[in-house]
Amino acid sequence: MAVTVWVIIQSRNLFSVIVLGGIYSFLMATVMVAMDAVDVAMTEASVGAGISTVLLLGALYLCRSEEAQPMRKPWLPLAVSVAVAGLLVYGTLGLPEFSDPQAPIHVHVAPRYLNEVKQEVDVPNAVTAVLASYRGFDTLGETTVVFTAGAGVIALLRRRRRDRQS
Amino acid sequence: MKNDLILRVIAKLLIPFIVMFAVYVQFHGDFGPGGGFQAGVILAAAVIFYALIYGLADARKVVPESVVESMMALGVLLYVGVGIAGLLLGGNFLDYFVLDPDPVHGQHRGIFWVEAGVAITVSGVMLKIFYMFADRGKADE
Repeated sequence: MAVTVWVIIQSRNLFSVIVLGGIYSFLMATVMVAMDAVDVAMTEASVGAGISTVLLLGALYLCRSEEAQPMRKPWLPLAVSVAVAGLLVYGTLGLPEFSDPQAPIHVHVAPRYLNEVKQEVDVPNAVTAVLASYRGFDTLGETTVVFTAGAGVIALLRRRRRDRQS
Repeated sequence: MKNDLILRVIAKLLIPFIVMFAVYVQFHGDFGPGGGFQAGVILAAAVIFYALIYGLADARKVVPESVVESMMALGVLLYVGVGIAGLLLGGNFLDYFVLDPDPVHGQHRGIFWVEAGVAITVSGVMLKIFYMFADRGKADE
């Protein structure tokens, strides 16, 4: 994965960048499977590697396939992103250790979900039960976000087409 | 890619299986990995595949733009409708226990419809975005 990221940074050909992005998504999906998060892996493989690669290729079809030279040296954005990355890494130092059973996320509502899911919902895949039933409000929000994204794309692209016709 | 015989034949062979897999992911989401989001994306991928091989105009004939746009809204409305059905039957918003005399069956029913709503919206939005991009490419030529 590190190699893929490095090649993406180095490459100026946008086509290879998109294909490498797809490869990165598949590697990420493999990592998810290795961590037993099969649902997330499936989403990553279908959305990250499948649909978004196709959509990016469709966007690439509309513009030139070589990245343009930057107009000036991007020192300020670089400094900002390094600072934010440093802040985030500093934040992760405060997190509980990986797979620590006493971590707050494992002692709050997770045990209740996992213990009661058999009597209350009786769905073998606990992920689905949490997603659609216990966390139904969150999923409703997610669906609305997806809908809003689609509506935004329609609003942006359809207007332009009408301008061209007039 | 419209005149490539091999691609056309292979696409015709593969697309039913892709749609079947999408349906499997949708309805087997209770038992294995999968669910509305993944199924919606796979369903959209099947149509996008068709559009890539047979051209956008043919894909528009199979899944018209109006259907795609109504799918986007229909999914969210279905989701909210399940919530309101819970309200009308005397529960809270998105309360599935009241959807059936047997609370566990009510849960099954609620999850089923909610996942269906998610799948409809996701595949509608993905298809719409693809149509939009592909359409602009043609307009620029």
